[in-house]
Amino acid sequence: MAAENSKGEVNDLRRMTMIWVVLSVVADLLFWFLVGPHVPPGRMTETAVNNQRTFNVLLVIALPVLIGVWVYLGYAATMWSAKREGVAESVGGEGARTNRKVQVWWIALTSVIVIFLAGYGTFAVIAEHGSGGGEGPNPVWSPSGATQAETAALSGSSSWTPGHVLVVQVIGQQWKFTYRYPSFGGFESDKLVLPVNTEIAFNVTSLDVIHSFWAYQLSVKADANPQLNNVAYTETKHTGNFTVRCSELCGLWHGSMYNFGKVVSSTDFMNWASTTQSANAANTANLPPFAWTYVPDANGASGGWYPDGTVTPYSTVETYGSKTPAS
Amino acid sequence: MSRNGRLATVLGLFVVAVGLVVAAVAAFLTPGIPGGVVNFTSGSAGQPVSLVVQTVPSIGVGFGDHPTWVSYLVKTPSGKWVHSTTWQLPANTVVNMTILQYDSGSPLRNQQWGQVTGTLGNTMSLNGTATSAYNSNTGDGVGHTFTVPALGLDIPLVGIGGGSTNACSQAPCGTNFDHNTITFSFKTPGPGNYPWQCFVPCGLGYLFGNGGPMSTQGYMGGFLKVVA
Repeated sequence: MAAENSKGEVNDLRRMTMIWVVLSVVADLLFWFLVGPHVPPGRMTETAVNNQRTFNVLLVIALPVLIGVWVYLGYAATMWSAKREGVAESVGGEGARTNRKVQVWWIALTSVIVIFLAGYGTFAVIAEHGSGGGEGPNPVWSPSGATQAETAALSGSSSWTPGHVLVVQVIGQQWKFTYRYPSFGGFESDKLVLPVNTEIAFNVTSLDVIHSFWAYQLSVKADANPQLNNVAYTETKHTGNFTVRCSELCGLWHGSMYNFGKVVSSTDFMNWASTTQSANAANTANLPPFAWTYVPDANGASGGWYPDGTVTPYSTVETYGSKTPAS
Repeated sequence: MSRNGRLATVLGLFVVAVGLVVAAVAAFLTPGIPGGVVNFTSGSAGQPVSLVVQTVPSIGVGFGDHPTWVSYLVKTPSGKWVHSTTWQLPANTVVNMTILQYDSGSPLRNQQWGQVTGTLGNTMSLNGTATSAYNSNTGDGVGHTFTVPALGLDIPLVGIGGGSTNACSQAPCGTNFDHNTITFSFKTPGPGNYPWQCFVPCGLGYLFGNGGPMSTQGYMGGFLKVVA
């Protein structure tokens, strides 16, 4: 028997290793092919695809570790039970306290795993332009064409055609997200509609407290901070519906701060955007010029939205002004 | 006491303690609905429902612990003004809504809420004039909004003139005081609880204007409780 040494003694380590390898391979294969394709956040965007792959890689690495622990526990409980006939009494001494070979292997193996995961994670973040997370106002990793699209949006000369980066501004406010499309006259809508096979540059900000824009199926999550533009990228790959939730506890109606968006064909998107641009034209004319952030006038209740040249950032003094807090 | 007796006593006390904890948590999580639910489902099936509400600059005495807070009130089917913001409506039914706006206005923090959306025809009547968008940076500004995010319903409630000498000071306000009358219609969806709120940060004196009445159910937000 392979698990016995030349003296006919059972080699427990070899036997456990064999069990562990077989179970790990089976578990990893089952997970990768049966569960993996269904792991969140799905496959609606390139970011989602890559994040799903990252989760699956982590699980494929973690499963053997988990199984290793279980195999050892199971083996020990079964084979070294004091009730089992022929099992020697446990002994103390050096051999019970330490095993240099096991220690070295354990440290080496876990170090390799951790270093690999650190490298893999770093690569994924860089290769995927922030991997769907907010990169702040000056992204380190931007997809090709994003900078030009965002510059055009800010200058008011933005337009969009299929195959190019689409800039969408996400505005958080207590308690709803709204969205501005600078490439279509800067209209604002409470609906988030995106074209498929398009790199999206989300520019996320807030008009009041901190919110967090979490488009789960898009695998995009970026905090919405007042007076700060937080940029996150993703590339849509499949049509379908997705959910947007606020993932930062932001007040009474935080639980209701969600809406549903959809990824549609480029043709359908152009139709929707053109129709909405026309329908909203009267109100769009009343909106402030497109900007990365908006500083509400700090005049307390019903504070206006427009920077008027004399605006100061929020402060309790400026917010309350001469007004008396209500009881 | 026997061993079994002691065991039974301990178990009994444990069950009582767990029960008390569960009851306390349940009471905390289900605080009830401020002002109760006003029922508008007693009419004939399929017939439009009439819903009349008013916004007041201060709720006044007799309506709870915060007489200076801004608030909504609703008129019950029997014609009585009550301080409730949870209204039970029939599903898939047209609601003809009238809002009597007694508060003053100012520029919106987000002018997007100046656009009328989600009503039949995406329009409202402001003192008899059809309106689809209101520029809050002009005129009397917007005092409040009636917005149901899940339905895409948004109505800007234009404020009364800031120099009004006939403003209502406390609820319920009569139509002899200065006010704007806003009417519109919308259709209720299927059964469910749909939160509504004001999108003007009108909690005067609170940080960003979104505390106090904006963050307390029963004042500037509530539910449309739509039932089959």
